[in-house]
Amino acid sequence: MSMSKLFDSELNVINVGLAMFEEDIAAQGAKVRTLDWTPPGGGKPKVIAALDKLERPELAEKIGAANAEAADRIMSAKPMLVGFGRAIDVVPGMTATTILHAGPPITWERMSGPMKGAVTGALVFEGLAADLVEAEDVAASGKITFSPCHEHDCVGSMAGVTSASMYMHVVHNETHGNYAYTNLSEQMAKILRMGANDQSVIDRLVWMRDVLGPMLKEAMEIGGAIDLRLMLAQALHMGDEAHNRNVAGTVLLFQALAPALLQTSFGTEQKKEVFDFIASSDYFSGPTWMATAKAALDAAHGIEGSTIVTTMARNGVEFGIRVSGLPGNHWLTGPAQKVIGPMFAGYKPEDSGLDIGDSAITETYGFGGFAMAAAPAIVALVGGTVEDAVAYTHAMAEITTTENRNITIPSLGFQGLPTAIDVRKVLDTGILPVINTAIAHKDAGIGMIGAGITHPPVEAFEKAIIALADKLA
Amino acid sequence: MSVTAVIKKNSYFDSVSLMSISTKANGIDGVEQAFVAMATEMNKGVLKNLGLLTPELAEAGNGDLMIVVVPSGGGNADAIVPQIEELLTRRAPSGGAAEISYRTIAAAAHADAGANLAIIAVNGAYAGREARKALENGMSVMMFSDNVPVEEEIALKALAHEQGLLMMGPDCGTAIINNVALCFGNAVRPGPVGIVAASGTGSQEVSVRIHALGGGVSQLIGTGGRDLSAEVGGVMMIDGIRALAADPKTEAIVLVSKPPAPEVEKKVLAEIADAGKPVVVYFIGGSEEAVTAAGGHFAASSLDAALAAVRLTGSPSATALAVDAARIESVRARLSPEQTNIRGLFCGGTLCDESMYALLDDGEEVWSNIQKNPEFVLGAGNPSTGHTFLDFGDDEFTNGRPHPMIDPSLRLARLVEEAKDPSVAAIIMDFVLGFGAHEDPVGVTLPAITEAKKIAADAGRHLEIVAYVLGTDLDTPGLAAQTAALERAGVIVTSSSTETGEFARALVREGIKA
Repeated sequence: MSMSKLFDSELNVINVGLAMFEEDIAAQGAKVRTLDWTPPGGGKPKVIAALDKLERPELAEKIGAANAEAADRIMSAKPMLVGFGRAIDVVPGMTATTILHAGPPITWERMSGPMKGAVTGALVFEGLAADLVEAEDVAASGKITFSPCHEHDCVGSMAGVTSASMYMHVVHNETHGNYAYTNLSEQMAKILRMGANDQSVIDRLVWMRDVLGPMLKEAMEIGGAIDLRLMLAQALHMGDEAHNRNVAGTVLLFQALAPALLQTSFGTEQKKEVFDFIASSDYFSGPTWMATAKAALDAAHGIEGSTIVTTMARNGVEFGIRVSGLPGNHWLTGPAQKVIGPMFAGYKPEDSGLDIGDSAITETYGFGGFAMAAAPAIVALVGGTVEDAVAYTHAMAEITTTENRNITIPSLGFQGLPTAIDVRKVLDTGILPVINTAIAHKDAGIGMIGAGITHPPVEAFEKAIIALADKLA
Repeated sequence: MSVTAVIKKNSYFDSVSLMSISTKANGIDGVEQAFVAMATEMNKGVLKNLGLLTPELAEAGNGDLMIVVVPSGGGNADAIVPQIEELLTRRAPSGGAAEISYRTIAAAAHADAGANLAIIAVNGAYAGREARKALENGMSVMMFSDNVPVEEEIALKALAHEQGLLMMGPDCGTAIINNVALCFGNAVRPGPVGIVAASGTGSQEVSVRIHALGGGVSQLIGTGGRDLSAEVGGVMMIDGIRALAADPKTEAIVLVSKPPAPEVEKKVLAEIADAGKPVVVYFIGGSEEAVTAAGGHFAASSLDAALAAVRLTGSPSATALAVDAARIESVRARLSPEQTNIRGLFCGGTLCDESMYALLDDGEEVWSNIQKNPEFVLGAGNPSTGHTFLDFGDDEFTNGRPHPMIDPSLRLARLVEEAKDPSVAAIIMDFVLGFGAHEDPVGVTLPAITEAKKIAADAGRHLEIVAYVLGTDLDTPGLAAQTAALERAGVIVTSSSTETGEFARALVREGIKA
């Protein structure tokens, strides 16, 4: 009987519910830890019932194995940057009249201000409309196919609006063979993805299509593939969390690209433009890391029995997740949330659009908000203390399956990234994933006005656990 | 619009920090708009668009910091600028190990493989799930929560039994494991007596009496009040007996319970033969023959139980004080003929039971909220009548409020009420010291005691207040100080729960007024 084991050991108590007991036990010299407890599933009986079903031993074992497989696929994926190309040439299912967007599916009528701004700007850029006014009619005409980036092996930052002639990163997961794509950083604040769409925005997109994109494409043909997972690991060691802080990652990426860029057939003037453009914002490599994460997470999608989240994405109206064990495009959604954080001077919280973008793919992989402890320089986003940042990373370990052996955080004793978000753990703990992100103005045409943190709506996870319980139990 | 601009030459701050500082600066009272940024061309461009670019600002360079304030309502920026400067100098606390907190038992257990016991004190609707998680992670459980369905209790106890773990509760408020008192418990000497108890204050009383008699406690395993019901079948008490039987530090075992279901009592008593060590059985109102036949030592009272245990573990000559007959007589002498009733106001259920049974054994009629005889059940809202003994720890009184050991307010009000009744001869109260209890249970009651005595005195009566303090010299506050405070207030202090009952019985026997 192992009760004698208890009697022979130092008493070591986990205290749940009433904090007052902790002090008395500690005063008697025993070890005691009080949980930061909340009712599982927010106390909702349907959610608890679903959790209970999935915890039945035979099922829990199956889920455990499926989740281990999913986590292993995320970690063992080896995303390589292999080239750049126009969306129409590289993205599956892309057509001249297709507009990809961030988040779960949404119709033109329901789109948020920044997404509408980006769509109309893209239609003008593509020559599908003469101006922004006409673009609204075109968008509403039914002639444009709107589709989520995620359903085309793509991810898109902020509005995520991606049209046929935009240049895309081409990322190949060498381990599992799949590809992922995302468009190029527009750098400054007043940009299409943030909902801005005036002539300066269109002009930049044209230059990116005619100069930046082709030069990057040629450089990759000269320089060869770049190991993005390795570079991401380095960037995190250098203080990036690779969602809102990309200082190191951009330097590393540029360092890898520069020799080949110099060897391209473009003139010195254009090369200098490209170099200046890259230097104009640390965000240059931001999309690169999104595609890195996408390539790994798509490899983990569709594993029978797995409760691991493979997508978190927002369209500015709804937040959608996908779960490995609910294969295909089975979106589980809830309302997009506010983003809380510092804002550019001159803007107030009420100017903010709701959470938007596919960039939460970075948190789904385990960096961004999950790796805040790696990036103490941006603790102002989370309220200002390094402890807060470290606490976020520790909290994310509570809702994930394992630590990423390949990508580590030096200041936490080289603890690996919290990897493979488990829907069950999110609801059991009440801890929602933390997402670092930018804030776009709520109206079309303005752009980025701040940055901060946000969380998914718990509804998406509640729907997921109920769907999983229905399917698996 | 008045604009105040301050330029700090050659002061670099990163852009994220400045965004954060700007946001806070805009929240300062009296600020219409504030702008804190490096004097880059882009930032100066923003200021120009806002019409805030003064000539000095236009001259500032890349490495200079700009603080620009527009006070609201034509106010003055002089008081505001220093507050913004303060934001600039405020440093985030650096590094250091952040206190790691966990949300779930599984996560905490994963982080600390040494965790071996979980205290569950959450709403009964969630308690079962948490207990299951603890058991699945190899931890014993003390479940303080009540309102847990009996089916859940049965399943949890079966799981614990299978795993060789303790499942104490639901509704278990007292345990001492490895000499650490959990939830409501007293500081007692470590020693050779192991206790398994279905009653919280009953087991507190036995442990405290053992300590007072010079003995000590190895383990006190709580089972929860429902363990010895027919449905649950005494699973935890039986496992507890076996665990103590196997424990080399335990030389004698004491069982404490309110009357068990008959078939369960039989099962439990059947364990005594195999225990291999003496077992003292204190089942309130239990049968001596059954216990003796099973090879156990029958205890008629909590004091008896403690005495037997101490005598069986190395102090054969231990004795307790007898009721002081002279003190009884002196009390009787001061009462008037109308004063015939006793009122008991208790925090501890078993303490209430023990005193109430002392009168019931003599054939007295006693009204109570915990009366087994339905004819004498008194609701919490009803006034006292005849001899009335109330357990303020019972659900009816605690519904929606803390236990009276923590929140004495209901009992204090009742004490004053009882003092107004001319038929009342004595009011009996218990004071429970120890972990989890009120920090000064006597002190918080003294004003009401003084008031009660004054009410009686003003009406020309002597009102006796009799108190029992359950605690040890090791408790905080200690037994001696609490006793002395009561005695100073003219309260008669008894020496045990058992003596308290006997005192009440002696007062009533042959009529209070001799």
